[in-house]
Formats: sequence, structure tokens, C-alpha cells
Amino acid sequence: MSETQKPRPVGRFGRAWDSDIAYSFRSSPVAVVAAVVSVIIILAAIFAPLIAPYDPFNPASLNLMDGFTPPMEPNAFTGNVYWLGTDNQGRDVFSTILYGARISLFVGFAAVLFAMVLGISLGLIAGYRGGWVDSLLMRVADVQLTFPSILLALLIFGVARGFIPPAYREAMAIWVLIVAIGLSEWVQYARVVRGATMVEKNKEYVQAARVIGAHPVKILLRHILPNVMGPVLVIATIGLALAIIAEATLSFLGVGVPPTQPSLGTLIRIGQQYLFSGEWWILLFPSITLLALALSVNLLGDWLRDALNPRLR
Amino acid sequence: MLAFILRRLLQSVIVMLAVALVAFALFRFVGDPIASMVGQEATLAERMELRDALGLNDPFVMQFYNFLTRAVVGDFGISYRLQQPVMELILSRLPATLELALVSGIAAFVFGVGFGVYTALRRGGWASSSIMTVSLIGVSLPTFLIGVLLIWAFAVELQWLPSFGRGEVVNLGGWWRTGFLTESGRMSLILPAITLGLYQMTLIMRLVRAEMLEVLRADYIKFARARGLSNRAVHFGHALKNTLVPVITITGLQLGSIIAFSIITETVFQWPGVGALFINSVRFVDVPVMAAYLMLIALVFVVINLIVDLLYYMVDPRLRLDRSAAGH
Repeated sequence: MSETQKPRPVGRFGRAWDSDIAYSFRSSPVAVVAAVVSVIIILAAIFAPLIAPYDPFNPASLNLMDGFTPPMEPNAFTGNVYWLGTDNQGRDVFSTILYGARISLFVGFAAVLFAMVLGISLGLIAGYRGGWVDSLLMRVADVQLTFPSILLALLIFGVARGFIPPAYREAMAIWVLIVAIGLSEWVQYARVVRGATMVEKNKEYVQAARVIGAHPVKILLRHILPNVMGPVLVIATIGLALAIIAEATLSFLGVGVPPTQPSLGTLIRIGQQYLFSGEWWILLFPSITLLALALSVNLLGDWLRDALNPRLR
Repeated sequence: MLAFILRRLLQSVIVMLAVALVAFALFRFVGDPIASMVGQEATLAERMELRDALGLNDPFVMQFYNFLTRAVVGDFGISYRLQQPVMELILSRLPATLELALVSGIAAFVFGVGFGVYTALRRGGWASSSIMTVSLIGVSLPTFLIGVLLIWAFAVELQWLPSFGRGEVVNLGGWWRTGFLTESGRMSLILPAITLGLYQMTLIMRLVRAEMLEVLRADYIKFARARGLSNRAVHFGHALKNTLVPVITITGLQLGSIIAFSIITETVFQWPGVGALFINSVRFVDVPVMAAYLMLIALVFVVINLIVDLLYYMVDPRLRLDRSAAGH
């Protein structure tokens, strides 16, 4: 039967390419397209200073005469051509989108990381210890789940902003935003991790670790955590899309990141002001970028959920 | 049964108390309430007097108790920014929000059920698959972006519908001003209602579709067909009727979300409702309005969830069994 068997792949990359999950990925065109779009936007955001033709935050590089240039048309005064046009201050829209995506993605990833660390730690403790810690945490989680997460992020952000002295509000805004979005999403992680931990903790390998006298923290982090990470990854991917949308929404409402560091939501907010005077490109291109980012991350999360679900195999 | 209701009520009261504590902390620790009330020329003695008169020198628990008793009768003080009583401000803007929420809730339910039934019955048709694709985009699109794009298409390019405000309103006596009775009021309602209801509509549609597909495979549907009933009677009399219980529950739970998400829609369309008031209060750190809105929205959610939980408990006997078996 050795002729029908494929040769064993060599190396770490080869084995990864040959795995079930990679096969499921390759055979789903939606997932491939979504992954390509997400990776392109993420790379463009990371390397924004190298790719962007202009530096939109350097006043020296701006020329007010370039303002309101339509896309792919020479400016009436200066004759400069911009791919996606310019905004009211003569900033290149393409460059502001690159820098805006950078801030959106930074807030998104940081908020998900915060929610993940908080949710996983509390979930592990609740699942492993049980008792009153568990019931208290789960009651809090139940109550929090009844509120929509964007509303919660907005309320937490509003309250937290009130407590910060006015002098620091601008500088702290981005961190407050990350904490607010993170706090609004930790419940999902905590619930899943708690459930999985309660199952894992009675298995033999955990009992064995306990018998040889391993510290509970070590058991949780080294033995239980790796076995509950699958569902966490799915929630994190969908959570990233949610966090990006939450950040964009708050920034659009004018209560998110300060105007000196415009994210995609802020750009859409600015673009809306020029909609009625006919400068559609200031609004449309940031909107398309946000839509592409949110949609592709969402689709990727959906695919991952189905791919990791053993019942659908 | 009684124990369950009591426990559930107690939980609601605890949630409300926790929210009240946050609201109270906002009042007490954000800035100096005295400084925001008196003018620059007030002397130190006058300030101390006012401090005493307002009870700001009382112990913390006493102050919290006073805050609670005033909050229960709807007294949240005077807005720092607008210099009007907060409850008056909220009441004058509540009709706008409730009318918007009502229209978009009904539209979401009607269109959601309609599209859901259609896509379930005509599975694989081109119309069904395009509705499903559009609904996927509707779920991932942020609410504010839907609003902005609708404004661009229907208000700026086509110029069919107004893009902001409530149009002309009619006073119904008392504080309720309605936009339903004028042409411009109804026209202004269309775009905000679509924006607010689209997400809920896709949610209801997907739920109805999934439930219908499930139910259509059930034995009693086969039996109904065997009895020779018309397609219409089978689909609407038997199948749809049985999908509606979970759908109505979800719609009820979504009512709170509709009121909450009106914050976003109202800002996009400059709709003069409670949500827009709240966003402005966050922007200007107008603490009394923030505190009142916080309590109001918490109350809406707590009451809706309480009602849904109690109804579920009455309708579904399995819940009662589960609880006693788990031994809580």
C-alpha cells in the first residue's frame, strides 16, 4: 500500500501545509480571499510610513492649495495628481487611510489582547477553583452579556473619561479606549475557558500533574491552557472584527481617539462633513477600507469556527 | 416558583444598585460639583455654606442614600451644559427616540419574517441567495456606516429623502411631540429607521430561515401535506406559527438593543433624541445627564430581561426541572 501513500512532508512548514486545517483553508475560496485581503491591509498598515507617498501628519508637507483634489485628476492650481484625492487640508487620502488603518488595527489588536488575557485568567480561575469565585464571576458575566458590547464600551469609555483630569484626556484617550473595548468583550473568553477548564481539570493528565506536586498556576498555564486555546482563537478572530467596529463607531461619534491621531472611524466622520458639497472621495475610500477589513476578518473567523468544529468534519 | 421570582428580582435590584453606584461616583468624584454651580465671584464662606446645604459634607453612605431617593423620583439635578433640569431634558427628547425605535422595530420584524420565510421556501433561487449575501454584509457593516452610505445615496445623490432632523413635529399636548402626523416628519423617519433596523432585520431573517428549515422537516408537516392541505396552509398555518415563539423572544430581547443603538443612528442623522443628548454629554463631560442616561438604559435592559426570563420560566417547564436537578 506504500504506493498510494503520499510521502511524509518534511520540515515544520511542510507539516503545517499538510495538516487538516490547512487543507480546509485551501479548499475554501472565501477564506483564502478573506485572508489575502486582511493580510494586505495589515501589512499596509504596519509599513504605512514606507508605503505612504506623503506624511499626512507633517504640516510642512501639506499645501492648502492641494485641498479637495478629486481622485486621479490634476489639481486646478498645482497640477498635482493624487490616487484617491485629497481632503480639505490637502492631505493625501490614500496616506491618511494607511495611517488610519494603523491606529484602527492597533486599538483592535490591543483591545482583543486585553480582553483575552483578562477573560482567560478569570475563566481559568473560575473553572479550576469553582465555589463562590466561580458563581460571582459567572453572575457578573450573565449581567454583562445582557448589554450589547458596543454600548458597554461607549458607557465604560464615557465614565472613565469623566474620571480622568481634563489635561490628560487627549493623551490617555487611546488607552482608555482599548481598556473600554477590552472590558466590554472579556466575558466571551471567560465563559468558554471556564467551561473547557471544568472538563479538562478532571482528566488524567491534570490529576497526574497534581499528584507529582505541580503548582496550580503551573498546571493551569502549562497543562490546561494549551488544551482550551482552540475556541479562544475563534472568539479572538471574531472579537477582532468587533473591536475594530467598536473603535470606528466610537471615533465616528467623536468620543474615541483624538483628532490628532485619526483612525478609520475619524476619517469617515471627517468625510461626512464634505458629503453635501460633493467631495465624496473623502468619505468613500475610508469607508471601503473599513468595510473590507471588518468583513474579511469576520469571514475568516466564521471559517475558523467551522474548521475547528469537530462536529462539522 | 416564588423563590425563582424573588432571586431574579433581587439580582435585578443588585444590578440597578451597582449602576447607581457608578452614576453616583461620577457625580461625586468628577470635578467639584460646587465649582460647576457657583460663579467665579462666590466667596469661600458661600461655597462652604452651599456645600453644607447640598449635603456634600455628609458621610458617603448618607449621600448615596440621598442620591438614590432622588433618583427614584427622577431628580438628577441640573445639566451643567444646558442649565435645565435633566429629567425635563430627557422627557422632551424621549418621544423622538421611542418613535424611531418603534418604527424600526416593527419594520425589522415584518421584513425579517417576510424575507426569512421567502429564503426558506425558495432555497437555492437567485433571489434567495442574493438576499442571503446582502444580509451577510448587513451583519458585518457597522451601523454608522450604513447610515452614512444611505445619506450619500438617497439624500445627496438622488435627493429623495431628508438627511437630518425630524422634519415638522406636532404637539400632542403635554411633552409628547410626534413626527408621524406631517409629511416631512414621515419622510425624515425613513432613513434613520432603515439604519437602526437593518441589523435586527438580518438577525430575525436568519433566525426565521433556520427555524423554518428545521420545522419543515418535522413529521407533522409531512402529515399536514399527507392530509392534502394547500401549500399556503402548510407553510403559514403550521410551519410559520411554530417558528414564531423563539423569534418573538429574540425580538423582545432586541428591543433594548434598538434603544441602545439609537445613540449611533441619532448622531448620524442629527435626530433630536435621548441618544444624541447622551453622546453630547459624554463629549462635554456633562455628568448629571450621563448619570441619568446610565440609569435609564440600565433600567430598560433590566426590566426587559426580567420580563423575558419570567415568561420563559412560565412557558418552559424544562427550566424548572433543570434548576432543581442542578441543586442550586
